[in-house]
Amino acid sequence: MNPEIISNLPALQVVIPLLGALVCALLRRGSAAWFLTMLICLIMPVISIYLLVSVLDSGPISYSMGGWAPPFGIEYKVDVFNAFILVLVSSIGAVVLPYARLSVASEIKPEDRSWFYAMFLLCLTGLLGITITGDAFNAFVFLETSSLSTYVLIAMGRDRRALLAAYQYLILGSIGATFYIIGVGIIYTLTGTLNFADLAARIPEIEQTRSILAAAAFIVVGISLKFALFPLHVWLPNAYAYAPSTVSAFLASTATKVALYLLIRFLFSIFGIEIVTDKLALTDILIILSLAAMLGASTVAIFQHDVKRLFAYSSVAQIGYITLGIALANQAGLTGSLVHIFNHAIIKGALFLAVGAVVYRIGSAEIDDFSGLGKKMPVTMGCLLIGGLGLIGVPGTAGFISKWYLAVGAIDAGYIWLVFLLVLSSLLALIYVGRIVEVVWFRDPGPNLDGVKEAPLSLLLPAAAMAAATIYFGIETSQSVGIAAQAVETLLGLAK
Amino acid sequence: MTPDTLIAYALVLPLAGAALIWVFGKIPDLREFITLATGGGLLYMVISLLSLVLAGEQPELQVLDVVPGLALSFKVEPLGMLFALIASGLWIVNSIYSIGYMRGNNEPRQTPFYMSFAVAISSTIGVAFSENLFTLFLCYEVLTLSTYPLVTHKASVDAMKAGRLYLILLMATSMVLFLPAIIWTYTLAGTLSFTPGGILAGKADGLTVGILMGLYVFGIGKAATMPVHFWLPAAMVAPTPVSAFLHAVAVVKAGVFSVLKITVYIFGIDLLSSTGASDWLLYVSAGTVLLASLIAMTKDNLKARLAYSTISQLAYIVVGAMLATRLGMIGGGLQIAMHAVGKITLFMCAGAIYTAAHKTKVSELGGLGRVMPYTFAAFFIGSLSIIGLPPMGGAWSKWYLALGALEADQLFVVAILMISSLLNIAYLMPITFNGFFGKPAAGVETGKIKEAPLACLIAIALTATGTVLLFFFPGTIFELLQLIKTR
Amino acid sequence: MEFSKEIIANYNNWVTIFLMVSGLYIVVARGNMVKKLVGLSLFQTSVYLLYLSPGKILGGTPPIIAEGFTVYSNPLPHVLMLTAIVVGVATLSLGLALTVRINEEFGTIEEDEIFAKGDDQ
Repeated sequence: MNPEIISNLPALQVVIPLLGALVCALLRRGSAAWFLTMLICLIMPVISIYLLVSVLDSGPISYSMGGWAPPFGIEYKVDVFNAFILVLVSSIGAVVLPYARLSVASEIKPEDRSWFYAMFLLCLTGLLGITITGDAFNAFVFLETSSLSTYVLIAMGRDRRALLAAYQYLILGSIGATFYIIGVGIIYTLTGTLNFADLAARIPEIEQTRSILAAAAFIVVGISLKFALFPLHVWLPNAYAYAPSTVSAFLASTATKVALYLLIRFLFSIFGIEIVTDKLALTDILIILSLAAMLGASTVAIFQHDVKRLFAYSSVAQIGYITLGIALANQAGLTGSLVHIFNHAIIKGALFLAVGAVVYRIGSAEIDDFSGLGKKMPVTMGCLLIGGLGLIGVPGTAGFISKWYLAVGAIDAGYIWLVFLLVLSSLLALIYVGRIVEVVWFRDPGPNLDGVKEAPLSLLLPAAAMAAATIYFGIETSQSVGIAAQAVETLLGLAK
Repeated sequence: MTPDTLIAYALVLPLAGAALIWVFGKIPDLREFITLATGGGLLYMVISLLSLVLAGEQPELQVLDVVPGLALSFKVEPLGMLFALIASGLWIVNSIYSIGYMRGNNEPRQTPFYMSFAVAISSTIGVAFSENLFTLFLCYEVLTLSTYPLVTHKASVDAMKAGRLYLILLMATSMVLFLPAIIWTYTLAGTLSFTPGGILAGKADGLTVGILMGLYVFGIGKAATMPVHFWLPAAMVAPTPVSAFLHAVAVVKAGVFSVLKITVYIFGIDLLSSTGASDWLLYVSAGTVLLASLIAMTKDNLKARLAYSTISQLAYIVVGAMLATRLGMIGGGLQIAMHAVGKITLFMCAGAIYTAAHKTKVSELGGLGRVMPYTFAAFFIGSLSIIGLPPMGGAWSKWYLALGALEADQLFVVAILMISSLLNIAYLMPITFNGFFGKPAAGVETGKIKEAPLACLIAIALTATGTVLLFFFPGTIFELLQLIKTR
Repeated sequence: MEFSKEIIANYNNWVTIFLMVSGLYIVVARGNMVKKLVGLSLFQTSVYLLYLSPGKILGGTPPIIAEGFTVYSNPLPHVLMLTAIVVGVATLSLGLALTVRINEEFGTIEEDEIFAKGDDQ
């Protein structure tokens, strides 16, 4: 490749989808917009994988936006950790998009389709931007780019309640973003810089002040709203339940994950572990909230009638696993978190894609309408089953690997009792997954399923790919765990 | 074939069989032939491995490291060899019987049925040959999941309820107790490999060992130690071949086998006997022996009675493990084999009675022995073995368990073994006597009832003969158990 | 005396905090969707002040290099807030657009009336 292009890859990662969004908005025909989006979504993983490989080979890449050297200009900084997340987000985009064509065509009005893809690309821009940037304010801008486009995407859902969900999310999401920017403002006043690396260097000087604690609190609460930490999760179930199927799958796999990335970045790379655990007492709070999420949200999930809502609550619970690992803040725990960010993205992707395929065929996600679907759509339901096993954390699936690390981390931190609560939550997952499995495989098909066929190939393949990945990353983990462990080393190394 | 490919084939062959069964699901004769051929092939692999193990080798197969410290690998050691031998041998018998039973009763959905069976036997072999706790746990869970469709086979409300209980209880215990125990063991010992003499010696104090052992014993819900036994009586709603599979071939045996294997290779009997950490579990399992026998006496449903009998007999094995002596362990190992052959005979007889006469209650069996003499004779032989009377194989295991109890200075265990044997007589013997000499129950016309289908009778005859042969020729089993290294 | 001086000296922060809290209060307390958005805007506006007021140095000039001036105000917060204002406007307009659509679909923009219809779980 042209060296000029290679040296500008970090910028291209964000600029290509941004320009693509603009073009999509101008295109009149939905199919043309889809084609362009598909093309971009195929280029993105190539770039991010290239970045990841070169970071693994030769260390972090720093890119000065517009030629202004950091810390004055905006720096894009790629290290192992965010390259890992970049690969995750861009690959999910590439898997979801082939699926989008039919699913979007069935759920969204023809004149809105090119707008849909414009918003989708804008959302992708935002998510990749948050991940790649090394600047606190730039992260805010991307956070809002992705959020604003997400509100629009959710509002495009078939049900009129989608509008309410989008409105609710807009209010809470904006409050979250504003909290974040308040925190950043305070830090900026204290240190005079917005560059992540520069902040990390200067924060030890002001560690003793109370303002830094206020700033940290604002930032943590703000980001927590974005990734739906229990009890700040109220927007999430409605948003995922009423959004178009493609959007549910894409958001569940990426949006919360990127916000979690930002939290980990702030806690470990910028504030440092001392402030987080000693001064903010974040460990105790996070452990309690994580447990509340894991047990509470899982329990609520058991009683849901809408499968998409059920999985949305399950997402809240699974996010609890990730924050638990963050709270443990040791090697194994944090590795568990990072691996679960990756694994949960795959598992939830498989589940939402499978449910979306059902919605495409029968037009409903009510659990009662799923009766006997195992006979009509065996492959789709097979994906659902594998994803479900992953949620439970059955060995041989990706879910087991993350739980293993979290449990080892809990024991390393001296909380043996935590292991029992961790597995108790898996048990709740067993109940809600079991409920679906029973309905799907052991009931006779109802009259609503007359003439229902297996989902078309373009819906089936992405779901099957995610399901296969769920198994693959449960057995062969040198990529997922290997890279996560390497990222954790740098994170905890910086924290020293 | 090299030893490691033998192991690989033994694991993969049944899975390939399952796939072929699916492909040829529309052609019942071919489908059943595949099942039997798979069983034959599997037995051949296992016997080839047996000769290696008897020669003192321990073939290994390393598949991959899932993450550092968690390896998917297999190793054939004598105890696992014994279990694999029993499971693969009885699976063929059970398959022959299944064909007779499923066709005789015109059961629906036979293709998924045989497929689940094949996947389950593959995971059973995986449990038997597992080299470390992680592999064992993985195969254990696959076994649970693959037998769930078998338990719910009838898809009736009762079957669904039983299936739910089965799945939730087994998954719950394994995830809430078994998995944390594994993780805890890993953080203490830094490894999960099954090692002669155990991996925990010097790394955990007596209290920790006691708690851990408890987590394992109750976490392995398949061993059905009270109070985690409820799933077993509930699961009897399944068709009889499934019950036989659960009770004799694979599921409960995988449970007690895991307990035994963990006792020997994770804790090490020296650690347990020196700390006395397993004593409290000895009392629990001895209590299970008695209590389950007493409950069995109250059950009128034949399969429920046999189910409680299984719970009691399984507890013998746990007792053998918890005695933490070499003789106790040998007794436990023998009991796995002897109980398997005896109980499969009883269950197949119960199924034969159901197929031929559609009777499920003990009180309805009066006089049936005179029209189904072969079935009832086999039932008699199986009963004797369960009770532990010579010349049946069951005598050996009781004998060694008693010796083990004496070696461990636990005289009360000997007393309990004797009381339990008396109870066994009380709940098993009346069935045969009533069958041959009793009057037909009201409304039962014995004249219209014929002997069970031939496939069923062949299978029953094979295992009934087996119980007798095991008394006279237990040599290979002893040899295997002697090969187990405890230090 | 010292204390009150402290309070007065930081009056810019007090204004910020007042706007912040009252904005947040409106969002939480009001059921009318337009009023909620007004509150949200107020809340976001407080942030502009939070950034801008420390950037201004008394006696400082605009940051243009020229003879005779040595004290400059910090230009960066202004630039940042320009962006933030854009984000705020975008949020507000999107929120209002959603409100219009909700009014079309549900016939009301009062949250409790919509919930009373039992449409939202």
